[in-house]
Amino acid sequence: MSLAPAVAGSHFSFENVAVAVVMVAVAVGLSRWRRLDLERDIVVASIRAFVQLMAIGYVIDLIFRSHSALAVVAMLAAMIGFATITSAQRLRGLPRRYGIALAAIGLSSVATLGLMVALGIISRDARYLIPIGGMVIGNSMNVASVTGVRLMQDARTQRGLIETALALGASPRQAAQSVLRRAVRLALIPTIDSTKTMGIVFLLGAMTGMIIAGAKPLDAVRLQVVIMYMLLTAVAVTAVTVGLLVVGSLFTAEQQVRRLGEAVEA
Amino acid sequence: MDATTATGVKLSVSSLSYEVGADGHRRRILDGVSLDVPGGRFFTILGPSGSGKSTLLRCINRLLEPSAGAVLLDGQPVAQIPVQTLRRRVGMVFQTATLFDGTVLDNVLYGPRLRREQLSDDAVGDLLERVGLPRDFAAKAVTELSGGEAQRVSLARALANRPEVLLLDEPTASLDPTASAQVERLLVRLAAETELTFVFVTHNLEQARRVGDRGLLLVDGKVIEQGPLAAILADPETDVMRLFIEGRLTGDALSPAGEAAS
Repeated sequence: MSLAPAVAGSHFSFENVAVAVVMVAVAVGLSRWRRLDLERDIVVASIRAFVQLMAIGYVIDLIFRSHSALAVVAMLAAMIGFATITSAQRLRGLPRRYGIALAAIGLSSVATLGLMVALGIISRDARYLIPIGGMVIGNSMNVASVTGVRLMQDARTQRGLIETALALGASPRQAAQSVLRRAVRLALIPTIDSTKTMGIVFLLGAMTGMIIAGAKPLDAVRLQVVIMYMLLTAVAVTAVTVGLLVVGSLFTAEQQVRRLGEAVEA
Repeated sequence: MDATTATGVKLSVSSLSYEVGADGHRRRILDGVSLDVPGGRFFTILGPSGSGKSTLLRCINRLLEPSAGAVLLDGQPVAQIPVQTLRRRVGMVFQTATLFDGTVLDNVLYGPRLRREQLSDDAVGDLLERVGLPRDFAAKAVTELSGGEAQRVSLARALANRPEVLLLDEPTASLDPTASAQVERLLVRLAAETELTFVFVTHNLEQARRVGDRGLLLVDGKVIEQGPLAAILADPETDVMRLFIEGRLTGDALSPAGEAAS
């Protein structure tokens, strides 16, 4: 172990990464010992993480060097695209699921990022827009999936309640109000809780990175606060958008509960 | 309209079919069902489990869309009535009372509130009394209710919409025998006291005999016999009806082959 510690200069070498593979070996060992049957998954995930991150590292490096606004926009659009596909795949059986995921993730990330840039809070520099955009889009994706999946499940388990309301003359949105409210609240809890405990339990993302990279802690803290506020807005917009659009898809034009098993892609 | 009111038909179903499943695996739940329900009467739909009774009710208030055929309310196709208006006019009580969170009052007011209508405390008290509950039940939380009480509240909630027709989907089937008998007597009394038209679904032959009036037997999505219930139960014209009355209607008898073997 004659390697120089990497942290001081924040320059990680491939040797450092190679040694970190020990961590993967420990995880694989644990899996084998307890017969979790996850060895293959762990190895594949580790390799994928390495390859994907290397690739994206080179892409971001290229974009930084190009100083092209178009390249930044294309990168953000690609991230939104992947997030949309990932989220929509969770909503299998729901009509218009790709449109719903795209509308929610696209609206929330473009609106929040656009507003922060327009207000001059975040520089339009690729160095800021790409990592912060990634965080916003990633969080929106998770929230879109959780909201949508929860709504689809509740629509099935609470079908009696929804049909009771419909039978009393409620509109689909009125009938689904309680399940909609619950799904949106549930999806927002993790973001709200991590905002609450920020700095005590979590030293997340940007701040960790900046501190390791040698930034002054107070600078890092200010950026982290800005990002958390942005994320709160982004996930709220995502959850409400997904909620309203999914509720629309759960009912037919005749205000009947759609049987999702038989749903046809519209 | 005049013609139907003259003959007194409130609700009419003609050649109604309902199919589920994708092409190739289509299954017919209702097969050419026709029936006439006279206004202000108690109409019983009798049939074994899985015969399509609930599906038939749901086609009437358009919780389900029939594949073919029509439902007429006062001679007007229900497809031409705005859905929410239709469901206000044709109320429904389900097998299990699904109550909304909150109090009994919240539940009774649910329908009127959808249309921003006010209902006085007196009117709510009257509704609760009509379904055999004390007036002060309004403040009770729904979590404190027994099964029978919950079903009465769901009945009061449906009545608060001032419906013209009330669809009852096995409303006593999930209650204990005492509560079941009480709710059944309540329904018969309501039918006698009001102008309301009842369409009552049950799988229980004895219950059908007790509530009487007009009705039909539905088996495998088809109407087997229809008419005054006492008469068709006393003097069955078909083998299927006879087998049902004798409690010997098996899966085989439900199939077209079983029906043909007369």
